[in-house]
This record gives sequence, C-alpha cells and structure tokens, in this order.
Amino acid sequence: MGIVSPGFRRRRRDDDVQLPPGQYLTEDFPVLSAGPTPNIPLDRWEFVIASETGQEYRWTWDELQELPAEEPTVDIHCVTKWSKLGTSWRGVSLDLLMEDVETTADYALAHSYGGYTTNLPLEDLLDGKAWIVYEYEGSELAPQHGGPARLLVPHLYFWKSAKWVRGLQLQEFDELGFWESVGYHDYGDPWREQRYAGD
Amino acid sequence: MSPRLEWRVATLAGVRQETPTALTLLLDVPGWPGHVPGQHVDVRLTDEDGYSTQRSYSLAAPADGDRVELTVQRVKGGEVSEYLTDTFSVGDPVELRGPVGGWFVWHPSRTAPVLLVAGGSGIVPLMAMIRARRQARSRAPFRLIHSVRSPSDQYYASELRRATRDEGGLDIATVYTRSAPTGSARPPRRIGPADLELYGWPPQFEPTCYVCGPTGFVEKVANTLVGLGHDPRRIRTERFGPTGD
Repeated sequence: MGIVSPGFRRRRRDDDVQLPPGQYLTEDFPVLSAGPTPNIPLDRWEFVIASETGQEYRWTWDELQELPAEEPTVDIHCVTKWSKLGTSWRGVSLDLLMEDVETTADYALAHSYGGYTTNLPLEDLLDGKAWIVYEYEGSELAPQHGGPARLLVPHLYFWKSAKWVRGLQLQEFDELGFWESVGYHDYGDPWREQRYAGD
Repeated sequence: MSPRLEWRVATLAGVRQETPTALTLLLDVPGWPGHVPGQHVDVRLTDEDGYSTQRSYSLAAPADGDRVELTVQRVKGGEVSEYLTDTFSVGDPVELRGPVGGWFVWHPSRTAPVLLVAGGSGIVPLMAMIRARRQARSRAPFRLIHSVRSPSDQYYASELRRATRDEGGLDIATVYTRSAPTGSARPPRRIGPADLELYGWPPQFEPTCYVCGPTGFVEKVANTLVGLGHDPRRIRTERFGPTGD
C-alpha cells in the first residue's frame, strides 16, 4: 500500500466488482490511438495470417462475414486506467481462423491498417481467448474504436486488441510492437499490473 | 529487461492558477530521472482505509533538477482532479511514477517544422515542448494553434505572449469556440480546415503534427490534417475523455 494522501477520501464505489489493480470503472468508451483514424473501404479490406514459412491465409470482408460468428461479452481494461465491464462484441474466433494454419511459431505480431503493430504469444490468441470482431453492442464497429474490424484479446491490456487489424505475422521470436517498443510492457497482463516495461 | 518504474514520493512545493478550473502543481521529486517533453506521469492517491486510485497527467515543463510541473484540469466529480486542485496543499506528499510514453514526444535536437494543435487542457504536453524548445535554444519552426472556449480559458497566457515576442520562429494562434475577445475578426466557432490552413504549415513543409485534446477534437483535427494532405505517419495524437457517443 502507498503512503496516505492527507485529506483524500474515497468517493467512487466500485466495491461490488473486482477490478485489476490501479483500474477504475467507466461507463464511457474512451479512445486511445497514436495517430489519425484510418479510412478502410470494405471492398479492399482483407485479413491475412502469414506463417513463419511465408505461407499466407487470406479472408476478404465477405468471406469473414460468412464464417460462423461468436458473441463474446467480456470486461476490458485499458492501460490508461479505465476498465469497462460486460462489453458485447460479435466476430470470428481466432481458433477458427487458425484452424488450417500450419505453424510451430510461438509468437504473433498483429499488424493494422495505418501501421500500428502489437506483439502477443500465439497461445494468448487461441483456446477461446481472442477474436476478430466487427460489431460492438449490436452495431457495426465505429472507426474510432477500430472498425471495420479489430482484434479482441480481453485478458490483456486493451492496446493488445489492435484496432483496424489487417493481419497476423506468426514468428518464432518475440518482436516488440508499437507501444511495446516505447516503454510499455511486452505482455500486458492487467491482473499483474504489467503496464510498463519492467513491471 | 528494463528496470521497473518505481513509485516516488513527491512533495508539493507550490501552485500556479492557470485558469479558473486549472492549476499547475510544482512538485519536488527526489531522484527524478528527467524526461522528454510530451511524456506523462501516473499519480496515485491512497486513503486511510488503503483504497488507492491512479490517474495519468502530462508533464507541463522540462524537468528542472528534481522539480516537475503538472497542470491539472479540474473535472467535475473527478475523484483525483478535485483532490489535487482543492485539497492537496503545499508540503503534502503524493506518489508519482514515470516518466511514461515515448511516442507523443518532441526531442529538442529535431529541426523539422512542428505544428502543435491543442484543445483546452490538451495544451499541457505541448507547452512542455514549447518550454523545452526555449530551454534548448532550438530554432525549429514551431506553430501552436490553441482552441479554447473563451478568453478566460487560455492557459499560460502571459508566458505565451512573451514567448511569441521574444522567441524567433514561434507562432501562436488562439481560436475561440464560444466567445471571442472584443474586436476579434473570427467569430467563435469550432476549429476547421480554414484555421488549420491559415495558422498551420503547408503539408509540403512536412511538419510533425502533435494533436492533443478531447477525443472529438482530436478526431476532427487529425482527419482534417489528413484531408489537407498531411502524411498520417507524421500526425501524432493524444486523446482524453469519453467519446461523447
């Protein structure tokens, strides 16, 4: 526990919910992006998984829509300290997209339209832990929240859930992504408060 | 493996009132490692029952030894900002961790033109860049466009007036969204393409653009800059607050 701040009294009451350390509850949906919101026409959109051997697996927008969808309801935690509970999404499980992908890679680097990247261990994208989502709360995903489609990996800080996702590069080594290379944590587990490098 | 950023105990050494609702905190942080303009810190408050909460605040100035400055905008009902602007007193301790962030930063060694666009308290990290430019005697061409509601919402007003007079290569424009000073040619309205063309740099000059403010403001300004022909890769953004939808 930290030192007591003289005269500080708790005013928020988030007692009934268990939040990761240092997080507070929000009802809003704040936005964190490093640059402008990219504009991605759906007829040119594609999602590509590239294996470590260079083999590529591609889905157009229409092909993604035709795949069986799941509707995860999950809590999300942003490294800027807000948490939002019970958010509902619609999209395709990474398990399904990875089904026919031949790989022995341990890591994935997610790439986005606009140039953003983020790195994750491949196992954190499998076993029902990650999706490519295109709807939020029953409506199409707004561009500022990552539409047309974003990665959703809710068990890690939300910067890992790459907005405007374009593909995954599977690789045998861990290559740091955008925020990870400017001081943020390599893995980003909110329950262990892994915000910054060294946490 | 990088060393962990440790929590440090800072002491409030003084305050400066910037606007009716914003205060600059002058904090002494023994052993402060220094920082780059644009970076922020995490502030942690703890009450007697052990409840603690954290928020991020931008550093408003380059470090001066162990002295750092944060400008805090009072947010109605904001558990942390109301404490910092109402209760927190000179001599009181507060926990602080940082500096954080290596993207929304300007290094004084850079010489390329810079466009700073701030909405309200979004000026804070941009002010750190202007002050660092002065400290380093940089001649990098700087333009600041600050959007505020009314003349009383101007931050750092007298310092910025002196800076435009005394520092070559620094231009500052203020645009008003609700009420403009008497005699102002521009009627109060939200910032638009004409403002960014008039007070900004042409895209051919390849400026690095830093845009900071509420989400709606940043979305609009960043999209407008892209529309005017600025390379999205040279536009760096920092947003705060809810989406408003």
